[in-house]
Amino acid sequence: MKRNLRFLIPAALFAALVGFLFFGLYNDPREIPSPLIGKPAPSFSLESLANPSRRVGTTDYQGRPYVVNVWGTWCPECRREHEVLLSIARTRAVPIVGLNWKDDRALAQRWLKELGDPYDAVAFDPEGQAAIDWGVYGAPETFLVSADGTIVHKLIGPMTWSIWQEEFLPLINSPGGRS
Amino acid sequence: MIPELGHFALILALLLAATQAWFGLAGASRGNVAWMRAAQTAVAGQWVFLLVAFGLLVWSFIQFDFSVRYVAMTSNSLLPLFYRISAAWGGHEGSLLMWGTMLGTWSVAVAALSRSMPLPFKSRVLGVLGLVSVGFLMFTLFTSNPFDRLVPAAADGNDLNPLLQDFALAIHPPMLYLGYVGFSVAFAFACATLIEGRLDVDWARWARPWTLAAWLCLTIGITLGSWWAYYELGWGGYWFWDPVENASFMPWLMGTALIHSLAVTEKRGLFKSWTLLLAVSCFSLSLLGTFLVRSGVLVSVHAFATDPARGLFILGFLVAVVGGALALYTWRAPALKSEAGFELLSREAFLLFNNALLIAATGLILIGTLYPLFMDAFELGKISVGPPYFGVAFLIPMVPLVLLMSVGMHASWKRSRIGPLQNLLLGLFAAAVVAALLVTKFVYGEVHFMGVVGFTVAFWLIASTLVEPIQRWGAWRTLPAGFWGMTLAHFGIGLFALGVTGVESYRIERDISLGVGETTTLQGYDFRFEGTREVRGPNYQAVEGTVVITRDGRPVTTLRPQKRYYASGGNPMTEAGIRASLRRDLFVALGEDLGAGKWSMRVQYKPLIRNIWLGALLMALGALIAASDRRYRQPVRAAVPKAAGRMAREGAR
Repeated sequence: MKRNLRFLIPAALFAALVGFLFFGLYNDPREIPSPLIGKPAPSFSLESLANPSRRVGTTDYQGRPYVVNVWGTWCPECRREHEVLLSIARTRAVPIVGLNWKDDRALAQRWLKELGDPYDAVAFDPEGQAAIDWGVYGAPETFLVSADGTIVHKLIGPMTWSIWQEEFLPLINSPGGRS
Repeated sequence: MIPELGHFALILALLLAATQAWFGLAGASRGNVAWMRAAQTAVAGQWVFLLVAFGLLVWSFIQFDFSVRYVAMTSNSLLPLFYRISAAWGGHEGSLLMWGTMLGTWSVAVAALSRSMPLPFKSRVLGVLGLVSVGFLMFTLFTSNPFDRLVPAAADGNDLNPLLQDFALAIHPPMLYLGYVGFSVAFAFACATLIEGRLDVDWARWARPWTLAAWLCLTIGITLGSWWAYYELGWGGYWFWDPVENASFMPWLMGTALIHSLAVTEKRGLFKSWTLLLAVSCFSLSLLGTFLVRSGVLVSVHAFATDPARGLFILGFLVAVVGGALALYTWRAPALKSEAGFELLSREAFLLFNNALLIAATGLILIGTLYPLFMDAFELGKISVGPPYFGVAFLIPMVPLVLLMSVGMHASWKRSRIGPLQNLLLGLFAAAVVAALLVTKFVYGEVHFMGVVGFTVAFWLIASTLVEPIQRWGAWRTLPAGFWGMTLAHFGIGLFALGVTGVESYRIERDISLGVGETTTLQGYDFRFEGTREVRGPNYQAVEGTVVITRDGRPVTTLRPQKRYYASGGNPMTEAGIRASLRRDLFVALGEDLGAGKWSMRVQYKPLIRNIWLGALLMALGALIAASDRRYRQPVRAAVPKAAGRMAREGAR
């Protein structure tokens, strides 16, 4: 009988795999709050997208709230949210820092030229190092960092005007956001 | 009206698939010959209605019927005819219909070409294929019907993703699906064997040509995808370890293991339960690939439409098909015993190592692909697993695999005897090391560790595959097609290894900006930028650069890379300018207009990269030759010594 148990191994492995896949199906990355919320924002210092000799980093924004938006030209949802980002930038509520993730510099530069540039500065992260520190699962993702350098909110998926007004703006305008 | 007819045809196909499954399986278990024959008729009927449905979908595309949601989503009025046809499988719904149509095609081929099989076995095979088809057609009809209407009709369509408007990518999905779906035949053979509780290995003989055919299609499909990525994505890479690529590569590796394991089972009656398990796993990985792509569980650059409801349906389907087959396996496999033994350096042993290493490679890729999911499930945070992991993880089993291949090909069955070739092979190995050192030193100018290893492995394998053909040249007609197929495929792997080594160790990539008349030099080639001009295509406008390449003042070629802007909007597409040759590719992709006539561009020198695809095509050709071996077409009785015993046993039932 013991001998026959090994024939169960494939079925058992498969059952485990199905368990994971089921989990993956129901735990939409969009619904899981980032473990980074409430923690200090991981610092990064990367080449600027526009100019490789300049650097863009978290230290540039110390002491004021800012938004980090992860995007790439390969991401169709990023195109969809771009209009919203432009509108947000026009309100001048907070600076938006772009994190151009796993992208091609030339393509990304053209994208901003064609669609307009909502970003205060864009960090170029072709290898995804900073994105890993920030727990980025896919693009687009948008983080809100408070003035004391804590991640206070994270959005997975495209930004919309109502999400911005209902979820982000109250946090920015709250005392914690400005502190 | 046309789309409704298509929809109706699809429903009829589903009903016929259910008929095929019922009559196939129930007819065989009750021994009802009329039912078993009915199953075969149902197969043909199902196929016809699937073709009708697919044909009507294509017709809707040709006729610009933008009242069909799927047509409006994936084509538009400017799209040329060729891409309107290929748009039929350019999106989710159409891909599924094509999947179903191909399954029907494979089923009908099995029904038509398997005359030597006993009727009950054949109808069980068709029954299992029918069940798979029921699941797939239900998935298509209930979650992703390509014939859904759009009310009101769109004035114009969205356009086919410009990335997909390319010849290689138009035929890449059909080949890939043919391969994926083709493994369902081996799967059905395995299931039928398990259902019957057969102890013999006839099924392995029957399954071999089908497995080879499926593997051949998959090989071509993957190769086309890789080639397309190289010239279209503008990065000059040939493989990205993207989850969707991995989803196609895992069944390929498993299929490779299956081809070899089937040989052992058929020839020597060994590895019986193992081969059955491989046949089940191979198709399971194809289904898993479909799940990963269609459910959106993993984020990927292949951003197809994703939807959790579809994911749940496929997961259920996966559980039913694979779970059912594995349950059968758990029940039946313990009865299978291998009578014969073999020695450590026999061909069986080499094929066992082959299987172990291929499964290890598949497992490492599976883990890498699903790792983000595992980490997430255990709340260990989210991470991304990239090419660095895969590059290393894949090499660990592959280098020994190719080394063992060089020897294993010449090993004899059963006994540890490499025979008179032993010294020759050792000599060739020494020669390969020397050649690799010389090539790295004098051709590429840098003795790089992985470069030497790679070239050694490749040279040795290529030399080793040539030994027997040269020795037996005079008598080549007497050698079976299976031998020539194997030799050619292994030779192809040698070329493939050569290509990968060349590119990975000695490629040169440079991102630079050039003004008109400026020159950059790469590996002795001077690239002079002559400026750009506007070009107009049927549904796009392009900027075309002209780059003249010279070497020591002599002209080599003129490349015209393009950046295309499609009328339907979206990101500009890169059409790289490539000068291809077996020795090296020269590659120029246009980047960005930096103003004042200056352009950023990516200039690359890719040694031996063509050998990657050439090698893969030779593997496919090898599979084609092996599948055409005459002995697969002979009636079973003529060639299987144990046939008498089996028939006696069947008679006794």
